[in-house]
Amino acid sequence: MAYRYKIEITDVTLRDGMHAVRHQFSVEDAKAIAAALDKTGVAKIEAAHGDGLGGSSIQYGFAKEAEEDYLGAVCGAVHHSQVVALLLPGIGTLEDLKRAVGLGIRGVRVATHSTEADISAEHMEEARKMGLDVVGFLMMSHMTETERLVEEAKKMASYGAHCVYIVDSAGAMLMDEVRRKVSALRAALPDDVQVGFHAHNNLGVAVANSIAAVEEGAYRIDASLAGLGAGAGNTPLEVFVAACEKYGIGTGVDLYAAMDAAEDVVRPRMMRPVLTDRTALTLGYAGVYSSFLLHAERAAQQFGVDVRDILVELGKRRVVGGQEDMIVDVAYEIAHGREAKGHGALTSSHRG
Amino acid sequence: MKKLSAAIVGSGNIGTDLMIKLKRSPWIEPRWMIGIDPESDGLRRAREMGLETSADGLKAVLEQGVRPDIVFDATSAKAHVRHAKLLREAGIQAVDLTPAARGPYVIAAVNLEEHLDSPNVNMVTCGGQATVPMVYAVSRVVGVRYAEIVATIASKSAGPGTRANIDEFTQTTARALEAIGGAKRGKAIIILNPAEPPILMRDTIYCLMEDASAEIRDKVRESIEQMVRHVQTFVPGYRLNREPIFQDDLVSISIEVEGLGDYLPVYAGNLDIMTAAAVKFGEEYARHKMQVASAEEAR
Repeated sequence: MAYRYKIEITDVTLRDGMHAVRHQFSVEDAKAIAAALDKTGVAKIEAAHGDGLGGSSIQYGFAKEAEEDYLGAVCGAVHHSQVVALLLPGIGTLEDLKRAVGLGIRGVRVATHSTEADISAEHMEEARKMGLDVVGFLMMSHMTETERLVEEAKKMASYGAHCVYIVDSAGAMLMDEVRRKVSALRAALPDDVQVGFHAHNNLGVAVANSIAAVEEGAYRIDASLAGLGAGAGNTPLEVFVAACEKYGIGTGVDLYAAMDAAEDVVRPRMMRPVLTDRTALTLGYAGVYSSFLLHAERAAQQFGVDVRDILVELGKRRVVGGQEDMIVDVAYEIAHGREAKGHGALTSSHRG
Repeated sequence: MKKLSAAIVGSGNIGTDLMIKLKRSPWIEPRWMIGIDPESDGLRRAREMGLETSADGLKAVLEQGVRPDIVFDATSAKAHVRHAKLLREAGIQAVDLTPAARGPYVIAAVNLEEHLDSPNVNMVTCGGQATVPMVYAVSRVVGVRYAEIVATIASKSAGPGTRANIDEFTQTTARALEAIGGAKRGKAIIILNPAEPPILMRDTIYCLMEDASAEIRDKVRESIEQMVRHVQTFVPGYRLNREPIFQDDLVSISIEVEGLGDYLPVYAGNLDIMTAAAVKFGEEYARHKMQVASAEEAR
């Protein structure tokens, strides 16, 4: 059939999905999932610790496997798809990237907070020189006004990005905002620089947001098998592909193969179901980085406080991605009675 | 003895803040400010404060025959590699505030006196000056098999040099956690937060201890408190956000650094701790030179 749009999907099960399994996928898990993804025909597979290359840490959680074993396994298990990695300057380094290239990755997605693109210049320029596919990843895009996002995206394009993403790390965006931001980027960037969109399902609209992004000119969309990812998960690959089929969007992904991979390969490996429970929902509602989910639950337990109070307070303080250490500090403060104001913000703003 | 004469290279945030602090020093007199942008705010301020200024870079100034006793380099890691060579050839003491790490590391709170005879010392990074003392406070009590720090700074306090040097920041800080902090392995993470009003510099320090018995924990707690008081002697706004939290063999320490507000406002504690550390080294070096000089006179 003739499609209205043609897009390219990057699967993030083996990277964002790592948040949902506390970065505990084994080499065997990685091989099985990568092989299943490869069969779906998906263009790109992102693999790494949830926080990217070099992310294994006390702050974000130690990965089960050494980075090179994990990435090596993924690269070795695919024939069709390109393997890419995530890199957050400030966490991972160019040295980490060079090692990953040695293991066989073909692209890198360089992620910064959506106002801090200039810390990615060195990494992107070097990645271009290495012949990699280079993506700029503007995290927590919901916190940043459209005009500023455009400026930051242009910077990333000037560093050599083939594609710049609007990243809804907190799953806090609704369709209007996605349309506004994606279309502004599309209008402002040179034609040869693609626009991408990465969703989290914390408000239940990941698929709808992703389709809206396609309509506004996004060419690359992120998804993951069974939605495995931080918070309430990412755009579920199999659901998105089915919706795209009905909508006239060509993805190049085999729907049944994606369904089977989600059902038979990923679901049995989940530590807990990916769902919009009260914690994940609060992330989207308060606009907080999705990978805080499990860390916040642990801190809530450790200090005997309501996880929603922690998340809402973090949202108010405009904490950005990577500041997982603030979770414990805020939980500690709540438990010790400081910052007692602030509580109940969720209910009071509901009333308003 | 008269004050040592100093030049500051780099008229950005760090260089300008450093100039204001050196102006107060009883040991050092800042006489030259050397930049590359004649329009920079730092050079303008330096002129106002009575320093000789140049926008032609260090090489040109040295070629004019200017010979400071001590040069503070607040440019970038790449530029310092060139500057280090020029200063060595001219026989001038270099204090490197970039993460270039040509000379040995100096963490003001830990090994201030160790490298007074080294012609080039490296002040590591702001994150290093703030967090290495905490790792050291733990490792002087019990073996630390792994130390990890997370430095969160306000976007506004990170100038173009810092932004272009992100990898050097994490790598140099991590090495200092090992070399000076005493951890067997170190890792550093930096995060920029654009919130308005800007946040104070905030660091979390994690140490995995080789022994976490109740007795050791008490000693570690005490050692941390002692170290905080020591750092406060030259960075008054350095403080714990909360008690250290112990969990199994992990201790997690959270600190905040409020700056003096000399150049950038108080949120830029990262600038403050770096420049305060450099001044502290400079003064220690001046005292040391004076002792050497008076000992020679006595002979």
